Amino acid sequence: MSDTTQNGSVLAADGTPLKRSLARALRRQKIRALLLIAPLLLFVMLTFIMPIGDMLFRSVENDIVSKTLPRTVVALRDWDANSGEAPGEEVFTALAADLQIAAEAKLHTRVGSRLNYETPGISSLFRKAGRKVKKWDVENDGPFKEQFLKIHKGWGDPDVWRTIQTYSPKFTNGYFLNAADLQKGADGPEWRPEDEQIYWLLFKRTMFMSMVITISCIVLAYPVAWILANLPARSANLLMILVLLPFWTSLLVRTSAWKVMLQQQGVINETLVWLGLVADDARLVMINNQFGTIVAMTHILLPFMILPMYSVMQTIKPTYLRAAKSLGATNWTAFWRVYFPQSIPGIGAGSILVFILSIGYYITPELVGGTKGVFISNRIAFHISSSLNWGLAAALGAILLAVVLVLYWAYDKIVGIDNVKLG
Amino acid sequence: MALTPVENQTPGFVAAVAAGSGAFFGLFIGTSQGSGPMGMLVGAVLMALLGFAFTMMTNKENQIRWALAAAFVVAGFATAGLPAAVLGVFFGWFAGWFIFWLATSRYRAHLAPYLTSGQVLWYYTFRVICGVIFVFLITPILVVMPLSFNSQDFFTFTPEMLRFDPAGFSLKHYQDFFSNQDWQNALWNSVKIAPMATLLSVTFGTLAAIGLSQPHVPFRRAIMAVLISPMIVPLIISAAGMYFFYSRIGLQGTYMGVVMAHAVLGIPFVIITVTATLVGFDRSLTRAAANMGAGPVTTFFRVQMPLILPGVISGGLFAFITSFDEVVVVLFVGSAGQKTLPWQMFIGLREQISPTILAVATILVGISVLLLATLELLRRRSERLRGMSPG
Repeated sequence: MSDTTQNGSVLAADGTPLKRSLARALRRQKIRALLLIAPLLLFVMLTFIMPIGDMLFRSVENDIVSKTLPRTVVALRDWDANSGEAPGEEVFTALAADLQIAAEAKLHTRVGSRLNYETPGISSLFRKAGRKVKKWDVENDGPFKEQFLKIHKGWGDPDVWRTIQTYSPKFTNGYFLNAADLQKGADGPEWRPEDEQIYWLLFKRTMFMSMVITISCIVLAYPVAWILANLPARSANLLMILVLLPFWTSLLVRTSAWKVMLQQQGVINETLVWLGLVADDARLVMINNQFGTIVAMTHILLPFMILPMYSVMQTIKPTYLRAAKSLGATNWTAFWRVYFPQSIPGIGAGSILVFILSIGYYITPELVGGTKGVFISNRIAFHISSSLNWGLAAALGAILLAVVLVLYWAYDKIVGIDNVKLG
Repeated sequence: MALTPVENQTPGFVAAVAAGSGAFFGLFIGTSQGSGPMGMLVGAVLMALLGFAFTMMTNKENQIRWALAAAFVVAGFATAGLPAAVLGVFFGWFAGWFIFWLATSRYRAHLAPYLTSGQVLWYYTFRVICGVIFVFLITPILVVMPLSFNSQDFFTFTPEMLRFDPAGFSLKHYQDFFSNQDWQNALWNSVKIAPMATLLSVTFGTLAAIGLSQPHVPFRRAIMAVLISPMIVPLIISAAGMYFFYSRIGLQGTYMGVVMAHAVLGIPFVIITVTATLVGFDRSLTRAAANMGAGPVTTFFRVQMPLILPGVISGGLFAFITSFDEVVVVLFVGSAGQKTLPWQMFIGLREQISPTILAVATILVGISVLLLATLELLRRRSERLRGMSPG
């Protein structure tokens, strides 16, 4: 053969061994594919992955104390937090020097409010001290301990100093402890007082309500998906519009519709009163509570359950059911033993999707949830825009993200990301 | 086509079932007029009599149904005016249809002959249950539309509206939407942001989807997972992360920042729809084009693009609607200068609740109907192009 050399290896047209030539072609193909993907990957990295990374970083970042009070942090390193006494003069001298610089740059209030998240009351200590320290001569005005105690006797409280010492490292797990209703005590993490434990309750409520929403979606979606999959194509397409129209309608439109319908002076209450089922002075309270959130979110997420179920049920042949019945199964047995097991993949896909979407929901609970029906995401938004405790918001977000990623992974295993279908 | 030979039912059976339905509707009418049991009784007796009588006259079905509807309308109008007349049309039509449907056993004709009566009953009960769920799905949207024409600032149907009094309706909420500066600014911002975000996500997304559907892509699964993640990660987390990060790099509160945030949220939709279209793409077409001397760019625009265009457009529509509807991220990433329509609606719903929202909602429903219709046409065209369905 002409393309075989003496040593027996097959050659390509240009004389290189075929094996190497093929490998090169494959490599070029891979590079071309990666080059096509690269711009998007970079874009997503910059606009999405890095922000998420930034959030995760912020949930442990804590350099404000060591940056604003560098000398104090060093001086405080040797102080024994369990001694029950405030630290000695050298720490106060360092604090005076640090505070003077910080007060010039107006940074002392920031450190104060950061530490205030951990021990309430510190914020005012720093504010008051900052004002006075500005006028001191740090070199010669010592000793400072007495002067600080004169400004506020809180400076003599070992708890305050323990907080400063605990939060002087550059990184902290304090936000995460806080997000789990724990706090740093004298010896390791301890539970917060009973009346301050709100996040655990919120996580439980978010989980519970997402579960209720998922279950009610399954119950409502199953018959609809079944009838869509079993009707003749023409009528099924018509009915499909009724499913897709809400799916395509703006989320806010649907939320406002539910607000209009569920209000005390709203459409449902008016109808019930007109029918005489409910007395005029005993109108049902259906909004600003858990009920409102569950109803509105079930409606909003229902299409996400119907569509995957429908696509699975379409593939189940109706002959299986008929065969089961002709072999003597009752209606129920035929459904439960033959049809239902085949439809489980659809239920699984829809449930995970609905659950993922609902645990992170913000808009609908915010608008129809009142105080009893809010989710963890509303608390995150509150910490970002109102209380400005960004670290805590980031820690809560990181926990929520972890839950979602586990579910996402499960979804990928069960359904496969490639099999996500739209509309 | 009748599956089962059927014959007319006995008057007794029809009267009994009709009486049941009469009692059901009578209960509602009765309670609204003061006495539930009385309404049930009247409804049941009325329907029973009608059912009993009409079973004998199945040969004159059309005349009787028209007469019945007319009688109900007149009765309704005489008792309570126009609204009752509308209800009368409904009840008259329903009663006529229901009685003859039972009497001629039409309900049985298209069901398999071996079904027991219990199974037939379950078949129809199941349909009624499905009907109720469909009503649940669609009612909120249907309620919003008529309410947006309310002439009062109420969120409920006024007596004038129920009487179909023209004074009860007006276009004033629409007028407010088109004249109010806040709403107009919001609309304008949405119109500026959404197309730009769509353009970004479609350009990047289509290129990447083509790359992803090549036969040999290293780390395909991992890349796919990263690209789909903006759809999976809860919006509040994306919003928080973007808020922190964009404030660091000075994008927070800028037009570009919002556009980029919305573009990344739309990307998963583009990737999913375009890769789905590319599954059916015949690679030999691009090879044939290359064979005939076309460069990669010419091949892309003249051969590949026209074939995957339906998928690209529907991905673009998804991206557009994502940006156009998005509120959580813009709430954090944007500033007052980027207040979009959903943001304005959100404020409207939370603070000063004004019925203009309903007018906006109706307009948005109109837009989504248009988009839905476009998508459906595109889907059919794409399937035809790829030879997946005849027609």
